[in-house]
Amino acid sequence: MKLDSMYQEIILDHYRNPLHRGLRDPFDAEVHHVNPTCGDEVTLRVKVVDGVVEDVSYESEGCSISQASASVMSDLVIGKKIDEALELEREFLALMQSRGTAEGDEDRLEDAVAFAGVSKYPARVKCALLSWMAWKDATAKAVDPAATAAATPAAAPPAALDVPEQEKP
Amino acid sequence: MTLAEPRAAGAAAPVLGFDVEQVRKDFPILARTVHDDLPLVYLDSAATSQKPYAVLDAERAYYELHNANVHRGIHVLAEEATALYEATRDKVAAFIGATDRREVVFTKNSTEALNLVAYAMSNAETTGPEADRFRIGPGDEIVITEMEHHSNLVPWQMLARRTGATLRWIGLTDDGRLNLDNLDAVITDRCKVVSMVHQSNILGTINPVERIVARARQVGALTVLDGSQSVPHLPVDVVELGVDFLAFTGHKMCAPTGVGVLWGRGELLEVMPPFLGGGEMIEIVTMEGSTYAPPPHRFEAGTPMISQVVALGAAVDYLNGLGMAAIAAHEHAITAYALDALATVPGLRIIGPPTAQARGGAISFVLTDDEGRGIHPHDVGQILDERGIAVRVGHHCARPVCLRYNVPATTRASFHLYTTTAEVDALVEGLHGVRRFFSR
Repeated sequence: MKLDSMYQEIILDHYRNPLHRGLRDPFDAEVHHVNPTCGDEVTLRVKVVDGVVEDVSYESEGCSISQASASVMSDLVIGKKIDEALELEREFLALMQSRGTAEGDEDRLEDAVAFAGVSKYPARVKCALLSWMAWKDATAKAVDPAATAAATPAAAPPAALDVPEQEKP
Repeated sequence: MTLAEPRAAGAAAPVLGFDVEQVRKDFPILARTVHDDLPLVYLDSAATSQKPYAVLDAERAYYELHNANVHRGIHVLAEEATALYEATRDKVAAFIGATDRREVVFTKNSTEALNLVAYAMSNAETTGPEADRFRIGPGDEIVITEMEHHSNLVPWQMLARRTGATLRWIGLTDDGRLNLDNLDAVITDRCKVVSMVHQSNILGTINPVERIVARARQVGALTVLDGSQSVPHLPVDVVELGVDFLAFTGHKMCAPTGVGVLWGRGELLEVMPPFLGGGEMIEIVTMEGSTYAPPPHRFEAGTPMISQVVALGAAVDYLNGLGMAAIAAHEHAITAYALDALATVPGLRIIGPPTAQARGGAISFVLTDDEGRGIHPHDVGQILDERGIAVRVGHHCARPVCLRYNVPATTRASFHLYTTTAEVDALVEGLHGVRRFFSR
């Protein structure tokens, strides 16, 4: 079944047993991101210590892809230097924009490569990216509380948002 | 995949004189397959309807034979194009029971039609006393309902912001109907306009328009009806309904996208301020100012959507050929059948009226797996799509309804004149498949 390429067992595992879920203190920045077309929402906190992502915690509501992605993302970036984590974010974004042509580097992206199949479903790419964009935004705010535009989803490469909207009246 | 045989028990009774299989042959897209070789099961007609050959042919013929701009040429093509464009105005007027063709204004869609009224109201501030009925300001109230599509919600929020008026709304009951218990307290003497949906796009509810209109009239408020989901499916008569304005859209009634209609009571349109300014909507223009054309042209600035209007006329002819009463009866039977069939799916909860009484063929639901864990509508829709079944998932541009029923989103199956019981069976089988997939 073609769907199995999207709903990998790893993704369903993270969906059922999400890691790092629940909002925690202390934190340096908190953001709330929504996917207005489908109602997915995430509230995400970031704690940064000496340029390292000390903690990521979140509460979220949404489909299996968006929930699993939040779990995988937080597990991947916690403990990484911000620069390294941002590099992973770029790699994951590229994977999501690959329209099924890339596999992702498992040594670097770990469980996140399981989302490669999602890139074949343009309407679902934004589900997989929601928590990553929230993390990027929160991290920018944690590092520089004055930062706003630099890391908001709107500033992501245009291709990231170049997905058909399935939501119309 | 082959479609399941219609269930013997509770099978929808065929509507006399309505042959759905024959109807389906008029819609070429219904014969296509998806994901290689699966038949398309299109259950997303509340989002947009499919188009019959008659409509496709009309739009093509317009461009092949008659294309010109309307209302401004004196050559043959311009006259033919104008005649075709204006003929649709006659057809639409007759279709909704309007007594005067000048009461029919072509817009881009329902959203624009509703915005037209809302902006006309704030524009009344800058016009003479003839537009008093449209004037609105601080202390005045706008009343809508909690089940509005965003297109009949956001324009009124914006009007309230522009004018200082207050937005109020009629709430919902647990079974998806309007709570009219405190109607007189919601619609008061301060109310200037009541705008409501005829048939909800998310709940399927058909609202008791006459009761609300009666109260609105008592207090002298204008009434606006969003007929986006009713005009394509039910016989609608503006005189019987007693409303002042009716908005609807072509693309949900077998016409192309890009054309909608605002019907307005003649004496109101006569004094209603314009919304968009430009060519076609004027009378005399000087550098200092302009006077405006009478309706409907006052509200049709710029070159209109000519081919779409012409094709809308063909869609009206097509629906009339089948008969709106027969279409409504067919859809009612399908809706009743679907409600019964969906009730057999474990873990499925309908969001909206549980019976087909005063209800149209848009059915929203949420689903859980074997252990009672919610399966998100996005996942439901994805797995149904894998079976060739097209449904809509999300908040359906009616987020307050999702908030009211405490669900993040719903899955919605919606029907039209070409929907069959076999398609409903395929949906039910698909939902069992979804539950198996997420219960593994």
